[in-house]
Amino acid sequence: MNFTRRKVLGAAGAAALASAVPGKKVFAQTGPVKIGMSMPQTGSLGAGGQAALVALRMWVEDINAKGGLLNRQVELIAYDDQTNPANTPGIYTKLLDVDKVDLLIAPYGTVPTAPIMPLVKQRGLLLMGNFSFQVNAKVQHDMWFNNSPWNDASSWSDGFFEAGKKAGAKTVAVLAADNDFAQNLANGARELAKKANITSVYDQNYPPTTTDFSSLIRGIRAAKPEIVFVMSYPNDSVAIVRAVNEIGVGSQVQLFGGGMVGLQFTPIMSSLGSLLNGITNYNSYVPGMKYPGIEDFLQRYAKKAAEAKVDPLGFYLPPFNYAIGQILEQAVNAVKSLDQKKLAAWLHGNEVKTVVGAIRWDKNGEWAKARVVQAQFRGIVDKDVEQFRQPGKQVVIYPSDYQTGQAITPFEKARGGK
Amino acid sequence: MAFSFDLLTEALLFGVLLGCFYAAVSIGLSVSFGLLDVPNVAHPAIMVLGSYATYVVASYGLDPIVAGVLLMPVFFVLGILIYRFYYESFEKRGTEAGVRGLAFFFGIAFIIEVGLILVFGVDQRTVAARYIGSSLALGDYRIPYRMLVAFGVALVLTFSLTLYLSKTFTGRAIKAVAQDEAALRLMGVNPVRIKQWAFGIATGVSALAGAMLIIVGPVEPAVDRVYIGRTFCVVVLAGLGSMTGTLGAGLILGISESIVLMFFGASWAPAVAFGLLLVVLGIRPQGLFGR
Repeated sequence: MNFTRRKVLGAAGAAALASAVPGKKVFAQTGPVKIGMSMPQTGSLGAGGQAALVALRMWVEDINAKGGLLNRQVELIAYDDQTNPANTPGIYTKLLDVDKVDLLIAPYGTVPTAPIMPLVKQRGLLLMGNFSFQVNAKVQHDMWFNNSPWNDASSWSDGFFEAGKKAGAKTVAVLAADNDFAQNLANGARELAKKANITSVYDQNYPPTTTDFSSLIRGIRAAKPEIVFVMSYPNDSVAIVRAVNEIGVGSQVQLFGGGMVGLQFTPIMSSLGSLLNGITNYNSYVPGMKYPGIEDFLQRYAKKAAEAKVDPLGFYLPPFNYAIGQILEQAVNAVKSLDQKKLAAWLHGNEVKTVVGAIRWDKNGEWAKARVVQAQFRGIVDKDVEQFRQPGKQVVIYPSDYQTGQAITPFEKARGGK
Repeated sequence: MAFSFDLLTEALLFGVLLGCFYAAVSIGLSVSFGLLDVPNVAHPAIMVLGSYATYVVASYGLDPIVAGVLLMPVFFVLGILIYRFYYESFEKRGTEAGVRGLAFFFGIAFIIEVGLILVFGVDQRTVAARYIGSSLALGDYRIPYRMLVAFGVALVLTFSLTLYLSKTFTGRAIKAVAQDEAALRLMGVNPVRIKQWAFGIATGVSALAGAMLIIVGPVEPAVDRVYIGRTFCVVVLAGLGSMTGTLGAGLILGISESIVLMFFGASWAPAVAFGLLLVVLGIRPQGLFGR
C-alpha cells in the first residue's frame, strides 16, 4: 500500500472529525458494567426509595452470581437526590461525565425524574423509568421505558371512577398536591369524570407545605361529593387520612382515595392501622396476585429489608425495581451489546418476563396494557404489620383480571366493613 | 368554594387553632432570634429532634405532652452548650463572625437531620394518645382534639414566658440584654450568662414544641424544612422579641391561611402569609407588636 502524506493527513483528519461527532458515546469495554441512578433516600419519597434500592441491589447480586452482563460484573452507582428535583440534573451529569456509567435508571417518582428527561433525550440515552407518571408525554423520548403499570393519565384512575359509577356517583371532589405528578393525575381524573358525566363539586390543589388538612377536609364535606379522588404524597396522605377520621367527609360519599401515594408503604400502613379501612386506593401489587417468581422474590426481599431496616413487606416498589434489572438483563443478553439504540430498539419490539409479569411497551415507553390495581382496605386492625401479608386485607376491585371482590359502598359503611 | 357563614365560622375556628400551633412552634425562636439576635436557623431542626425524643420517651407508655415536659430540662442544657460553643467560636469575634454563625446553625440543622436519618431512618414517626385521631363534636362542627392540645400548649407557653420575662429578675435581664447589653454589663450582670440562660430556655421550649409537632402530625427527619419559613415569618411579623406578639402573629397567619384555603384555594395560602409579612414590614418595619 502506498502511504502519501496527503492520504495520512486525510485519514487523521477524518478520524479526528469522527471522534468529535456529538451523541456518539464511547463506553468502557472492560471493567464492570456501570449502572447509574439517583434515588430519593431522604425526603418525602425516601422510605420508598430505600426499599427500591434494596431490590435493585438484590438483582445486582443475582446477575453477578450468574456471571454478570456480557461476562462483566455489574456495579450499581446510586446517589441520594433527597426527593429534590433540583438535584437530579446535576447527579445525572456526574453519572455520565464523571462516573462514565454504561446504563441509566431514573430516580423513583415523577417529580425527581421530570428534570432529567431533556438531558437524556439530548444525549440520546436509554433511560429505564422508575414509577414516574407521564414524564415522557411531552418530551417524547423514544428510548424511555417505564417499569410502572400505568400508561396515560386516565389509566391510573379509571378503576376508581368505574367503581364510583357502579355505586351511582354523580358528583366528585378532587384534591391534589401542587406538583407535576398529582396535576397530571388530576387532569386524567377530570377527563374521566367528564366522560362519565360526573360533575365536579370541589377541585383544590394544595401546596407541599400544607401542615394541617382539617380545613380542606371540611371544605370537601361542605361540597357533599359522592366520590372523593385524592392525589397526595406520603406525608400528606397520612395527614389527610387522619383528618378524614376526625372531621368526616359526609355520609353521601361512596368512595374515598384513588391516588394517595404512601398508603402502599408498610410503615405508613402500620401506623394508620384501622384508619385505612374503607379507603379505595391505587396499588401496583397486593397479596393474592400471582406472577411467576414474585413470592420467591418477596421472601428473599423480606430478609434483606430486615437487615437494611426498610419497608419489611415491599409490595409496592421493590418487585418493580427488581424488574428493571431483569428488563436490562434480557435486553443486553438479546442484543449482546450495551449500545443504547440497539437496546431501545429491542425493548420496543419484544416482551420481557419479570417478577411483576410480562411487560410490553407502547411507542411512548409506557406499558402497552396498564395494570393499575384499585384495592379497598378492609378489616385492618391497629399495630399488626403481618396482617398486610394476607390476601383479603386489600380487596382488588379493579382490574377485572385480578379482581377479588366488589367495592363496599358507601365509604362510611366500608370503614366498618370486615 | 361558595361562601357561607358556617364555613366562615369553621375557617375562623380552624384558623385560631392553626395560629396557636404556629405560635407554639415559633415561640422558642422568638426568644433566641427575637430577643438575643442569634440567627438560630436550626430552631425547627431542634424542634424535630424534640419530636423524635418525645417519640422515644412516649414509647415507654408516657403521654407525649408529659414526655415533652420531661425533655425540657435536657434540651435546656443542650441549648446552653450550643450557645456557649456559638459564643466562643463566633459571637465573641464580632459582626463578621456572626454571619459565619449563620453557617454554624445551618450546620447544626444538617447534623441533626442526618443524625436522625442514621438512627431512625427516613420513615415517618407518630405517637399514640387518646386525643390523637378523634374530635370534639359541637353541633355540625368537628374540632380535632390534637389541635386543641396545640392551642392549650401555645397559650400556656406564651403566658408563662411573658410572666417569666416581666416578673423575674433573670427574665427582665433577658429583656435588658436584648435592648442594651453594655448597660446591663455596667449594672454588674454578665450578659453572656444571661444570653446563655435565655438560649437554654428557647431550646427547652423547643422540646415541648417538638412534642406538639408529633402530636399534630407525623414527623420525618426533613420536616424541619417545612417550618423554617413559617417560624421566621411569625417571629418577624410579631416584632422581634414579643411573646404575646408571637401569639398574635401566629393567629393572624393561621386565620388568614385558613380563610384563603377555604374560600380561595390552598395554593394561595403560603403566598398570602408571606405577602402579609411583606406588607407589614413595609408599613411597620419593627413588626406588628414590636416597639
